[in-house]
Amino acid sequence: METILFSLLNGVIYGLLLFMLSSGLTLIFSMMGILNFAHASFYMLGAYFAFSFTQVTSFWIALIFAPILVGLFGAVVERWGLRNVHQHGHVAELLFTFGLAYLIDEVVKIVWGKNAVDYRVPAELDFPLFELFGAQYPAYRMFILLVAVAMLAALWYLLKRTRVGLIIQAALTHPHMVGHLGHNVPRIFMAVFGAGCALAALAGVIGGNYLVTDPAMAAFMGPIVFVVVVIGGLGSLEGAFIASLLLGLLQTFAISVDANFADLFGWTGLTATSELGGITVASLAPMLPFLLLVLILIVKPTGLMGDREA
Amino acid sequence: MSDTIANPGQALAPSRGEKFRQRVLPLIFLAMVLALVPLMAPSRTMYSLLNAIGINIVFALSYNMLLGRGGLLSFGHAVYFGLGGYAAMHAMRAIEAGDGGFWSAYPVFGLPLVGFAAGALAGAVIGWPSCRRAGTAFAMISLGVAELIAAAGFMFASVFGGEEGVTGDRMNGPELFGLSLGPVGEVYLFIAFWTVVGTGLIYGFTRTPLGKLSEATRDNPERVQFIGFDPVRVRYLVFIIAGAFAGLSGGMAAVNYEIFTPESLSLHPSGFVLLMAYIGGIRYFVGPVLGALVLTVMQSMLSDFTEAWLLYLGVLFIAIIMFAPGGLAGILFGTGAALRRDGLRGSLGTLGVKTCGIVLSFLGLVVLIEVVVRWSNGYGEVFEPFGLALESGSPLTWALVTVLCAAGFALLRIAARNTNERGA
Amino acid sequence: MNLFVKAALAAMVGVTPVAALAQDTLKIAFIDPLSGPFGPSGDAALRHWQYAADEVNAGDGINGQKVEIVAYDNKINPKESLVQLQKALDQGIRYVVQGNGSSVASALIDAIEKHNRRNPGEEVLFLNYAAVDPAFTNERCSFWHFRFDSDADMKMNAVTDWLKGQDDIKKVYIIGQDYSFGKAVAAAATEMIAAKRPDIEIVGNELHPLGKVKDFTPYVQKMISAGADAVITGNWGADIVLLIKAATASGHEVPYLTYYAGSLGAATAMGEGAVGRVKQITEMNTNLETPGPQDVLIDGFETKNSDISYYYHRIFNAMEMFDAAATKAGSVEPIKVAMALEGLEYETAYGPVTMRADNHQILQPLYMSTFSKEVKRDVEDLGLGWTSGAGDRIEAANTSMATTCEMKRP
Repeated sequence: METILFSLLNGVIYGLLLFMLSSGLTLIFSMMGILNFAHASFYMLGAYFAFSFTQVTSFWIALIFAPILVGLFGAVVERWGLRNVHQHGHVAELLFTFGLAYLIDEVVKIVWGKNAVDYRVPAELDFPLFELFGAQYPAYRMFILLVAVAMLAALWYLLKRTRVGLIIQAALTHPHMVGHLGHNVPRIFMAVFGAGCALAALAGVIGGNYLVTDPAMAAFMGPIVFVVVVIGGLGSLEGAFIASLLLGLLQTFAISVDANFADLFGWTGLTATSELGGITVASLAPMLPFLLLVLILIVKPTGLMGDREA
Repeated sequence: MSDTIANPGQALAPSRGEKFRQRVLPLIFLAMVLALVPLMAPSRTMYSLLNAIGINIVFALSYNMLLGRGGLLSFGHAVYFGLGGYAAMHAMRAIEAGDGGFWSAYPVFGLPLVGFAAGALAGAVIGWPSCRRAGTAFAMISLGVAELIAAAGFMFASVFGGEEGVTGDRMNGPELFGLSLGPVGEVYLFIAFWTVVGTGLIYGFTRTPLGKLSEATRDNPERVQFIGFDPVRVRYLVFIIAGAFAGLSGGMAAVNYEIFTPESLSLHPSGFVLLMAYIGGIRYFVGPVLGALVLTVMQSMLSDFTEAWLLYLGVLFIAIIMFAPGGLAGILFGTGAALRRDGLRGSLGTLGVKTCGIVLSFLGLVVLIEVVVRWSNGYGEVFEPFGLALESGSPLTWALVTVLCAAGFALLRIAARNTNERGA
Repeated sequence: MNLFVKAALAAMVGVTPVAALAQDTLKIAFIDPLSGPFGPSGDAALRHWQYAADEVNAGDGINGQKVEIVAYDNKINPKESLVQLQKALDQGIRYVVQGNGSSVASALIDAIEKHNRRNPGEEVLFLNYAAVDPAFTNERCSFWHFRFDSDADMKMNAVTDWLKGQDDIKKVYIIGQDYSFGKAVAAAATEMIAAKRPDIEIVGNELHPLGKVKDFTPYVQKMISAGADAVITGNWGADIVLLIKAATASGHEVPYLTYYAGSLGAATAMGEGAVGRVKQITEMNTNLETPGPQDVLIDGFETKNSDISYYYHRIFNAMEMFDAAATKAGSVEPIKVAMALEGLEYETAYGPVTMRADNHQILQPLYMSTFSKEVKRDVEDLGLGWTSGAGDRIEAANTSMATTCEMKRP
């Protein structure tokens, strides 16, 4: 029972962090057709910017300004980088973001060093919130949950209840039509790209001290976020949301399950002493997202909720 | 009646001499150069470097069968390199065990063939589901498969050796050509042999009907269907062959390094081979060769001079994507064509301005990066090119960076404007 | 295709023999992670080696030659380590030191064996200061490998001896990194606990991927659910820091018996909550009574490297014993130094140590240290540090264990 409850809490938090990253990526992907390989790098920049902010000011300033800065940087990248590459086609755009991820990785290593930085949870939130079955639950985790839910509500309101959201939604499915109606599509692209990066950076600000802020964090998160977007289905924020939670829960539950293949498939004659039988479900956790990705792409290429093929 | 009228295509076809000069001669020349290297008594460092280059040439060429020739962007090509390498590694261990079976009579020299077979097999298995789609879906599947197999690599220790990897000893079994493969010089001959064989075969493949069809599938899969071929089948076959050659280079690496670890299957080496092929130029056969050469030299030599070598690599990659999609080969061929078209005098002006612009802005960038790297290390080290002490705090440094970059960009703009005017 | 010509020319330009480097200094190749999750561990060790080299150079060097430590970043990848080893060999370096990761040490031992067999007269010696998979001094022992740290079995022996006196511990959870070292720790713990405290139940025995887990909370919650009274772990680097961080955040207040809670950053993650609860087994701690020169050494080190604490005493042992062996052999030729190191006895600030001749394993006193408030020297500027009491010292001779090594000498 307590295992299920804890896994549920941790899984939902991890899933919401994933959604913060994937919502931006899926917006960018479905609108511009670009699979932004550097998206997780913006997440990393968010964490590092926040770390630098906390060095001189406070976490709360970082929470507001780090995403804004990264969002502006993203807009600059779109305006002066991606837009120039657009003429060479989608592969070139994809490779541009791939190169950008390389570049950001290296710049981060030069500016902040090759090892993890000591980016800490703010003292105001560094206390156990409640105790469940003998284990304390840190308040900061609840804070992550709150920020993520607030972001979710704001995003939903923006997209469904405002004019800007209407245009973005239209551009998601019919970008050319929106252009014909007289909207400045390149500017929408730039704004969406910047906003997507800002969301990723927000995930970095609140996730960087919950997990670890080091130069490998982009390479660690990047592929998983892709998986979320593809599983959820292109152009579908709802799909990305479901896929994020699904993956978050799947990975956390896998770790907490105390079984190996021999326990699961013992009826086939598999024993715990054999190599295959000795593999624990917990050790499968890092593999699961990619297994799911390959299966989804083979079985249902449009993803869970999408209507377009990848 | 002359022959040309009977067969109108003949007039356009290259003459026999041209064919030989363009298709066979470069390969013979490559083989000769590689054969002459030992006469110059290179150091051990140089041999290690040349061995790495040879492996990467075959690997990058096999990758370009997918990206350049087939239009398939893969983020998981190292899987086939790694699986081929692992197969060769296990074969090497079987040779070492020498229990009198097939393997004890198998020479280590032939291990790349084991890699070749394993790469082809892996390509056949993994390619079956993934080649049904092209474009982004193919790229995503390749990424998923790469991560999946790399993660599995850490789990199945009996096959992949876990964190430690699988090691072996190449000095066992029957010797071929009198090579014990112990000293690095003998390994060089082994690598050189397989580099020439691999390059020759991959080039040969581009001349086959399947090679031509793969290019047609890249450009227009629908038309390929109209003329009676199945693009999925074409992609699948090309994928298998590309996997096989990646496996061949994996087998070469197995003999050279005598170790394989699960990391070699992961996204990172797959990204590196993508960089090699793209920076070299994916539209040219020789592009990946150039890319492999330049990137391997950067990886092993430049990394000794500067910690920021990966940053330079990233800058190079981005610059190629933005300004020279043809890659290094494209730049060289473009310059060659311009020289032929405008004559030496006609193109010298633009060329000179362009080169100056690139060199100046590059120098500015180097100063900026190196100064920042030293500042961030915090050891108080100072970047001193040509006895010029460039401290991070001194205005001289920043003036230099600004002037160099500004002058460089200005020159590049002028060059671009000139080209545009002439073009218009 | 005619670009082949250019490519080949470019290759030829590169083929210029590099002039042999002047051998006025004795170079030692340091091959360890200097970036990534284990970067801080490698960096701290490197600074210990450099300080040890400075100390030796302040005297007459090793057999009259000044020592220089040349650092190579292996990213804790065995293959990358061999590439870096090749680089070091190409520069004519004959001594290799490494410690972080038994996976790397395993590859190095293998490669150095092969190199020495293939290149007689150019032998290389491997001084291992921290890779403690017992196999290296048992079934896989090599003449070219010397270990200056007690292996995982010897340390577990000390841990389980301590456990013998703790009657209130009934349930133990073992967690480790999924590679040869983590497996060795788990195997030793299960076997020795069964022998010394058959009443203790092992409620969990878990391996996690090396350096890839970012949040250990699910693991800690598993331990709490299992009702563990104590946790045994061989984790090091980021893996111990993050494990302890998660344990502190979840309020898991049971003894943590560790090999490497002294890893950089772990103390900060533990904080006051870990006082009296977290233990580590090492060759020393900085709060032991020592003769004056050792105090000067520690002060000097911590003044020069103000951001880290004196931790790898074994590196100083290794450097000094290397020096002593070279003096005894009258040469820095690796084969002669190796012969002289065999059976070498050396007096350190914490008692006598011996390099066993039969398997090249050092015998040194071990201490069970506890994280504590009353300290003379703290770590990471916390006012907290490591101390040990009267019964916490295990004499060098008592750490000795039987070996299966059949040493092949040249």
